Amino acid sequence: MADRASEIVAEAVFVALADPNRRAILAALAENGPATATDLATRLPITRQGIAKHLTLLAEAGLVAAEPGERRRVRYHLQSAPMRVAQQFLAALARDWDGPLAALRSHLDDASGS
Amino acid sequence: MGFPDRIERTVRTDRPVERVWDAITTAEGLGTWFGQSAEVDLRVGGTATLKWDSGDTARLRIERLEPKTVFGYTWGINGLPEDDPRRTYVEFTLAPDGAGTTVTVVETGFAQLGPDDYGKAFDGNTKGWAAELDELVAYLHG
Repeated sequence: MADRASEIVAEAVFVALADPNRRAILAALAENGPATATDLATRLPITRQGIAKHLTLLAEAGLVAAEPGERRRVRYHLQSAPMRVAQQFLAALARDWDGPLAALRSHLDDASGS
Repeated sequence: MGFPDRIERTVRTDRPVERVWDAITTAEGLGTWFGQSAEVDLRVGGTATLKWDSGDTARLRIERLEPKTVFGYTWGINGLPEDDPRRTYVEFTLAPDGAGTTVTVVETGFAQLGPDDYGKAFDGNTKGWAAELDELVAYLHG
């Protein structure tokens, strides 16, 4: 996968995860498996309309996919591939080298002053 | 920002390469600026152990040693079990720069994280994600 393509995928994931309701929807799908919008509206403190709006955005980000079914009974399930791409970003960002390198520089300065 | 399989950082110091080399390869150096204590078996295949007062420990397996030039090691990835075979590779490169030294650190291997970790991401509560993303945003705007 090209770098730029991965970055676009990760960006969509971060936008999707920035909203607490969408995180709640993903967590519910992860915990209990595929669910319809109605199931989710029953389980979460989010309106049916809100659920539908968030599911559309999550589907565009590739984080959920609709399983074929009768219109009102369409079930949504998680898709992990975009999350994996985003997770590589988080892992790389979590490894903070700026702190240790600043400490190295001040260690060298201190040692030479004494 | 390209797709980060790697992190690269550079810092310049007025100190000569000999001093920097000691700081990054001796127990005294590593146990001062990096960890809070360290033990170092300085040879390819040897282990350097860094400890922090928080109780955290990092075990570095030394992979490359070119005196005063290259110090390379692998270590575990945050969030994975200690015995997980996946590790990232860190390489310090020293280059004389006038009377001082340019220190470059490159860490590679993040792209190997696979679908298993995805499951773990959901194990915590959704607050965990919120905190993580706040940090991400702070980092990107910092």
